[in-house]
Amino acid sequence: MTRIDAKFAALSAAGKKAFVAYVMAGDPDFETSLEVVKGLPGADVDVIELGLPFTDPMADGPTIQLAGQRALEAGMTLERTLELARRFREEDNTTPIVLMGYYNPIYNRGVDTFLEDAKAAGIDGLIVVDLPPEEDAELCIPAQKAGLNFIRLATPTTDDARLPRVLQNTSGFVYYVSVTGITGSAEAQAGDVGPEVARIKASTDLPVIVGFGINTPEKAENIASVADGAVVGSAIVSQIAAGKPVAEVLEFVKTLSDGAHRA
Amino acid sequence: MADDLFNSFMNGPDEQGRFGIFGGRFVSETLMPLILRLEDEYNKAKDDPEFWAEMNDLWTHYVGRPSPLYHAERLSEELGGAKIYMKRDELNHTGAHKVNNVLGQILLARRMGKTRIIAETGAGQHGVATATVCAKFGLKCIVYMGAHDVKRQAPNVFRMRLLGAEVIAVQSGRGTLKDAMNDALRDWVTNVHDTFYCIGTAAGPHPYPAMVRDFQSIIGKEVRTQLAEQEGEGRLPDTVIAAIGGGSNAIGLFHPFLDDKSVRIIGVEAGGKGVDDRIEHCASLTGGRPGVLHGNRTYLLQDGDGQIMDGYSISAGLDYPGIGPEHSWLHEIGRAEYVSITDKEALDAFQVSCRTEGIIPALEPSHALAHVMKIAPDLPKDHIIVMNMCGRGDKDVFTVAKHLGFDMSDTEEGRSFEE
Repeated sequence: MTRIDAKFAALSAAGKKAFVAYVMAGDPDFETSLEVVKGLPGADVDVIELGLPFTDPMADGPTIQLAGQRALEAGMTLERTLELARRFREEDNTTPIVLMGYYNPIYNRGVDTFLEDAKAAGIDGLIVVDLPPEEDAELCIPAQKAGLNFIRLATPTTDDARLPRVLQNTSGFVYYVSVTGITGSAEAQAGDVGPEVARIKASTDLPVIVGFGINTPEKAENIASVADGAVVGSAIVSQIAAGKPVAEVLEFVKTLSDGAHRA
Repeated sequence: MADDLFNSFMNGPDEQGRFGIFGGRFVSETLMPLILRLEDEYNKAKDDPEFWAEMNDLWTHYVGRPSPLYHAERLSEELGGAKIYMKRDELNHTGAHKVNNVLGQILLARRMGKTRIIAETGAGQHGVATATVCAKFGLKCIVYMGAHDVKRQAPNVFRMRLLGAEVIAVQSGRGTLKDAMNDALRDWVTNVHDTFYCIGTAAGPHPYPAMVRDFQSIIGKEVRTQLAEQEGEGRLPDTVIAAIGGGSNAIGLFHPFLDDKSVRIIGVEAGGKGVDDRIEHCASLTGGRPGVLHGNRTYLLQDGDGQIMDGYSISAGLDYPGIGPEHSWLHEIGRAEYVSITDKEALDAFQVSCRTEGIIPALEPSHALAHVMKIAPDLPKDHIIVMNMCGRGDKDVFTVAKHLGFDMSDTEEGRSFEE
């Protein structure tokens, strides 16, 4: 059982929805980013999604593209991203960390070495945007063997015929992408999302968390009410981009998590 | 041909879209169903004689195929060795090989009922070809072009606009071809229902590398027939040479000859200012290593952390940090050789072609020609080299003028030149 599994079991027992927060590792620099990540559990974040910077994030909108560029310019690497997770784990051994990014930096390091290092750094799960089920042999299956969750994205284009394949090797939770588009783009509508979440839940016992297009406490509440939880990324990253002090960023995160937890 | 089918180099890719370890389908889940449907539709079209009848009709009457196979007699004499032929794909409508592939993809888009076409472009040649064919069929066309390239390729931007396309200057990243491709993918993931992504080179997720190769293979097939007509039944080239950015003109020339073991195959990458640690080049095979970008595993220019590097070349059309996956495979198994040519060598070859043959080549095939000039003098007179003259140089005269110190903007000569 990973920290992710334990967290969702606890939330379920308490009848609570999950709030998942995304931040880019190393944005705008290592120390500030570490301070933000360390503050997330105190802002009632249930799961941390830690962005792994990449030069060519083809599924991300401008907000997260720029965050990745800031991090890379400040010297962020895969190694430093794992170091950030290690530093966080010195103080917190329960909040799950999901590393989210693209395959090339991982492939470049070598899958086996990466998995060993990620596990040792206290990473619990992976979301790798450019690895669909067709490429499961690359990382998904080795990751599960190494004891990490591999969290798959399901999308509005994932039809019923394809859904079983998407769910097959997924663990931890299912991340439902609420819109066809990139991060930080169109707005998610609870009315559209509800039936889709129900469709996925009919085929799996895993929690279904919804992300993309959620940027206010009200939307976090609305979306979480029709799913097992909500993810916010770009809206938080925008606060960091605007140069807000860490305390203010965390206050904003708290309003979002309160929204999701009201559901 | 091959000794037996099991030893053929022409059977790739496999069902997973792989050429050896290269290729594949490294895309987000949103795009995966679209790519599977495209593969399905392409497989149907490929076996449909009506599809090819329509292609052949357009190739003949709209593009002007077959393009000539031309014996470059004065160049051959000047070099004093091998007999050099040029495959004249620069004479195609729109001035390059790009249209061969665009026609195929647009016919496919029409079969699939797609009404909105998106494309990425570097130098603008693929963008112009796509805008052209979209105009012909009355389809909406959006071309993503890096902001940096929009500035340095203004005439092509204007051409695309004349042809009714919307040109979007991509500000993300450093504003070059790879960023244009990222934004085209972002558009596709947002507009999944009505949009067809017309990729300009033999790269991207499966089935694009195979599909683009199949459409471009008309080049090599014509060479096979034309050389037999001119040199005698059964005569094959001894060497085929083509320039490589993503590698679509090259794979189009090479593929029909992969199983002819007597044919030496040479791909020429852009060596920029020289292939060394500074990455002021675009030689993915000679200066990169395998990685995953834009839907496929292939050789890439990248740093120690797996971050993608920006390449550099005098030729905007070769300015891409990756290469089609089939070339990566041909490189690894040793069936094709890959070399690099610097900016300076390409500029010299550009001028030699103008002077000896009266052909102003694009900077891309100037790289191929520069390698021909390196090897031809030491080869016997009965050794036949076919190089792919894949584009014409009109778009490049400003760049070349600048490098040769000829100011076309202010002088009388400049004005008369432009008139």
